[in-house]
Amino acid sequence: MSTPILQVADLDVRFATPDGPVHAVHELNFAVSAGETLGIVGESGSGKSQTVLAVMNLLADNGTATGSAIFDGEEILNLPAPRMNKIRGARIAMIFQDPMTSLNPYLTIGRQMSEVLCMHLGSSRKAALEKCAAMLDAVHITEAQRRLVMYPHELSGGMRQRVMIASALLCRPSLLIADEPTTALDVTVQAQILALIRELRTEFDTSILLITHDLGVVAGNCDRVLVMQDGDAREYGGIDEVFYSPRHAYTKSLLAAVPRLDDNRLRRARVSHADTERDVALLRVDDLRVYFKIPPATLFAPAQTLRAVDGVSLELKPGETLGVVGESGCGKSTLARAVLRLVSVTDGQVCLLGRDLARLKKKSLKDSRQDMQMIFQDPLASLNPRMTVRDIIIEPLQTYHPELDGTELTKRATNILERVGLEPAHLNRYPHEFSGGQCQRIGIARALILQPRMIICDEPVSALDVSVQAQIIDLLIELQEEFSLALIFIAHDLAVVRRLSHRVMVMYLGRVVEIAERQSLYEQPRHPYTRALINAVPVPDPRIERARVVTVLQGDVPSSLAPPAGCAFRTRCEYATEICAQAVPELASHAAAGGSSLVACHHAEKI
Amino acid sequence: MSTDPINTIDEGSSGGRSLWSDAWQVLRRNRAAMVALIILTSMTAMVVIAPLLSPYSFDYTDWDRISVAPSIAEGHPFGTDALGRDLFVRTLYGGRISLMVGLVATLVSLIIGISYGAIAGYLGGRVDQIMMRIVDILYALPFMFLVILLMVFFGRNILLIFVAIGAINWLDMARIVRGQTLSLKTREFIEAARAGGVSTPRIIRRHIVPNLLGVVAIYVTLTIPQVILVESFLSFLGLGVQEPMTSWGALVNEGAREMESSPWTLIFPSLFLAVTLFCFNFIGDGMRDALDPRDRSGQ
Repeated sequence: MSTPILQVADLDVRFATPDGPVHAVHELNFAVSAGETLGIVGESGSGKSQTVLAVMNLLADNGTATGSAIFDGEEILNLPAPRMNKIRGARIAMIFQDPMTSLNPYLTIGRQMSEVLCMHLGSSRKAALEKCAAMLDAVHITEAQRRLVMYPHELSGGMRQRVMIASALLCRPSLLIADEPTTALDVTVQAQILALIRELRTEFDTSILLITHDLGVVAGNCDRVLVMQDGDAREYGGIDEVFYSPRHAYTKSLLAAVPRLDDNRLRRARVSHADTERDVALLRVDDLRVYFKIPPATLFAPAQTLRAVDGVSLELKPGETLGVVGESGCGKSTLARAVLRLVSVTDGQVCLLGRDLARLKKKSLKDSRQDMQMIFQDPLASLNPRMTVRDIIIEPLQTYHPELDGTELTKRATNILERVGLEPAHLNRYPHEFSGGQCQRIGIARALILQPRMIICDEPVSALDVSVQAQIIDLLIELQEEFSLALIFIAHDLAVVRRLSHRVMVMYLGRVVEIAERQSLYEQPRHPYTRALINAVPVPDPRIERARVVTVLQGDVPSSLAPPAGCAFRTRCEYATEICAQAVPELASHAAAGGSSLVACHHAEKI
Repeated sequence: MSTDPINTIDEGSSGGRSLWSDAWQVLRRNRAAMVALIILTSMTAMVVIAPLLSPYSFDYTDWDRISVAPSIAEGHPFGTDALGRDLFVRTLYGGRISLMVGLVATLVSLIIGISYGAIAGYLGGRVDQIMMRIVDILYALPFMFLVILLMVFFGRNILLIFVAIGAINWLDMARIVRGQTLSLKTREFIEAARAGGVSTPRIIRRHIVPNLLGVVAIYVTLTIPQVILVESFLSFLGLGVQEPMTSWGALVNEGAREMESSPWTLIFPSLFLAVTLFCFNFIGDGMRDALDPRDRSGQ
């Protein structure tokens, strides 16, 4: 191993807070060698971000760091700001999680990028802009010259992250720190960005410090790993060592909790076959369309129509879980809201137990809503901060059973709270006093108190840490078996969906491209988009990751305001031919696919 | 975090908690707000009771003592004005009018403004458009013109001042509340309530309005002083309270004219006015913190 470019020893980070000192990082030791990638993995609150901020001298005002951090032979911990500024940006560069908030919305891309060059290298504006264009080329942004005069909002999320990487690399830093660089991005875009980072590492000979919570990302990209929990290093070693022979219990539990795409453990709820055969579908959605009118930008421009959901049909049986996956903007959340009629339906039918909800009057709609409830993505935001847990949980009961008195309401709230794994003493607390996982449990309790037949879960675990994710999913499966609930489970994480779905539906730009039994969808995906999605998910297994040839889906999702004619996916599809541009493929079963799987592709037979 | 911090939250208090009783608990620990509340309460009590105990009435002229300096021995603790009227009694009578205008007009604007703004913001669409255009039209009416018009039609009456000030002030409140509601209604807990079958009026009452209170509390503390000042401005123009009845605003105006010869006619009413405004500000600040459950941790 060559000499380390960054050597951190006995790093301690403390914060002075009104509630007393908080010890965020304890005596941390690690090193990054030239040309290698070190991954720092940990759940929220493990101190991984604070470690990096301390090294970069970017801690909040109430934080202090002790120990040592030697970068390229020089002690940089607690270096005074003027000298640190010479190193930051020039020799150590950083990219952040959210590319939108780290770019200034009022400045053009070229202006922001060239600023770094003018500051550190003293280049002239013109020379700097030329260099920027060359760098944008290097991160595979097409039409680089034209992008330089664009503003951040004109670029897609993946493109913005490329711009961030390009500006980080401008001064040819010897160390690149990436703090959750792909967490805010879709899987396909994540695969693009990770491929780019790998490519650039060799091209620019940069060491990388990759901070992430995703073990899959670590497996394919890092040489060595540091596992952190509660500010302590739990495990530190080569990638294979950590993944295949973890020594610490925490690493083992973390590895066990990660949902894996190649995982065949049958965790989903059991559905007795007699039931499904006999029962009529609980929910039948037929050719559902939800269009939004976008107000014209100018007075005389025609109003545009956004087709958020464009002809979706599905059926859901009692006790069954239907997973819905797709990239952001594919209409999966709108579909959920349309089924509950939280947004109005433009056309089509939504039948719950034979009643068409889309046409129901307000009064009868209210009756039907008893049978379907929803669980939301952001656990804290979905709870009213000014209501106690008791008031939040009993609110649906008060609506449908106004005859119940206070003691009865409290009794029922207590029962349901115990059922989701919280204590009766929590009834009088406010939501902000709970952790994310607990808040989601409260949300589940609220959805369950009316004993609905169906619950729509809109990304219920994507805001939670991996180990909490597993607990919530287990809870959902348990409750599903107990109350024979039907679930529509919306997620962008294919591995999570695999864990609990019976059938999976893949959406792209408002349409269903494939719907199939879980097993056949994951093992023999028929639609090129499904394949690309599954292929893009990193597997938390270094050997598999290294052996895998990732065929990265190029480009971004087209705008749903002007989707491509014919098959919407053809612009990114490797199989696309003339017919794809002319006709919209129907959702049909194919002989090769067998079973109940339906695919919307002209070339499904060939794939 | 992998372990749920159930155990990190101590105390297992049972029994009901409500927004207001909790807020009161927090407010009681806020020293500045409590002092302000005590001062304001005693001032209100004084304004209501004390004039009854004084031997003078607010319009009685003491011909022997015109423009005398404050002196307990003379029987005029705050002195008298140029017409020989007892300033102590007049300040307290003025306080009745000023406090009443401040509270009533603010309350009126609060009730109309919150319900109007929350309804417009929550319902949105065409209803919102129409309701807010009405607000715009009312904004365009010149305030002085409205007051003079009311005076011409109904004669001079203190009630009209309440009406006029309230009618103008709720417009600001409605706009602020509507803006807040627009951002609140996209939050997930509102969607959760709708999915739970909660009716629209109940959503506005239980979910929207309580979350507006922080902004409203601040706005109210700004409005009460503003209303008191507007009243004094009207009085100055001769459109407000009519002599010999008075208000703090009117007294300050009179006092300003005789500042050089008898400064006490300015000092005492302004002192009362300033202390009141201070108190409202401190209470408003305390209310905002107390009404937000998120701020309660760590106290």
